Amino acid sequence: MKKIYGSAAEALDGLLFDGMFIASGGFGLCGIPELLLQAIKDAGTKDLTFASNNAGVDDFGIGILLQTRQVKKMISSYVGENKEFMRQYLSGELELEFNPQGTLAERMRAGGAGIPGFYTKTGVGTQIAEGKEHKDFNGETYILETGMFADLSIVKAWKADETGNLIFRKAARNFNPPAATCGKVCVVEVEEIVPTGSLDPDHIHLPGVYVHRIIQGEHEKRIEQRTVRQRENA
Amino acid sequence: MPWDRNQMAERAAQELEDGTYVNLGIGIPTLVSNYVGDKDITLQSENGMLGMGPFPFEGDEDPDLINAGKQTITELPRTAYFDSATSFGMIRGGKIAAAILGAMEVAENGDLANWMIPGKLVKGMGGAMDLVAGVQRVIVVMDHTNKAGETKVLKECTLPLTGTGVVDRIITNLGVLDVVEGGLKIVELADGVTEEELRAATEATIV
Repeated sequence: MKKIYGSAAEALDGLLFDGMFIASGGFGLCGIPELLLQAIKDAGTKDLTFASNNAGVDDFGIGILLQTRQVKKMISSYVGENKEFMRQYLSGELELEFNPQGTLAERMRAGGAGIPGFYTKTGVGTQIAEGKEHKDFNGETYILETGMFADLSIVKAWKADETGNLIFRKAARNFNPPAATCGKVCVVEVEEIVPTGSLDPDHIHLPGVYVHRIIQGEHEKRIEQRTVRQRENA
Repeated sequence: MPWDRNQMAERAAQELEDGTYVNLGIGIPTLVSNYVGDKDITLQSENGMLGMGPFPFEGDEDPDLINAGKQTITELPRTAYFDSATSFGMIRGGKIAAAILGAMEVAENGDLANWMIPGKLVKGMGGAMDLVAGVQRVIVVMDHTNKAGETKVLKECTLPLTGTGVVDRIITNLGVLDVVEGGLKIVELADGVTEEELRAATEATIV
């Protein structure tokens, strides 16, 4: 079982093709697979569809793939922080499918769990529900949403062991576990690969069965909104 | 004098029941956490955290620890982290007692619009549609009128909806209104605001 690769480019070798569908972890710039995104930019793969909660900022995260026009379509819940995104969308160069955040997460989770569709009350009566099957359960109306099946999952975790068991850190977990499960192949970047057996089996957040390739690297981990409070004088 | 932002947040904090789990939206709702007093309230952040603490001291910011507004925050002894699917499972599943959210428009039947201005503002709904569909009680906190002086408390929303019939209570700078059968009911007036003033600033039916 060889899962560890030397670089992001090596880990993605043979997996990328034009027009593919990629599910990415991360929330804002927190817990995004920044090294793999850079490697996809370097590979020049085109016409990509990305399922990702956000689209990064102009020069970080998925934003770097928007600059190079490698993205054809985004499936996201919130894209407010990216000017280039807005420009490409308003000029019709970029397709956008808004999913409510919980629906996006559940679509990934369901796809990874072999569930092709599920009913939710999120979005009933809004434009999200247009064209979708409606069904009543116990007197309440729900809409049918589909599970997501991606060609590739790219995620960021804190630590992996050599078999791909993953541990995330704090709020950087976010979309990473559901995104990891919904791809045919899942490539993970971590801050540290530790020897198999050194992680507590009771504390694994995502078992290695979902993980196919792993790289370790240096992460910039950019902060989007630095908010602080003043220390009170003792 | 109508209430200012902090007074609206203080009034909204009275809505929170001791011992509950609550989600606060961005803007005035975020200020509500300053006024919970002695009540034991656990704040949920929909990016995957229960037990959200205050902003960090300068130098203690952690890029792995942000709230749903992407701001750096801190954890508390009670904090738990989880993934986004689990986070919206507890929202959709009705485990969160209340959400306090901002709004662009609210209608007398409880319809809410707070995510999109067609052709102008295209940012996305984030978790708002899941929150209003799933939490037990939805409280809107907003100014009664927009910058042009037009009412935001309408018979029918004109903007794309976030949810239909989802709002329970509206707290504005002019007072507190409940969504009831047939329209809105005045619960409370802001200090120095008359019922006539509130009615004049409202398009929705007041019953």
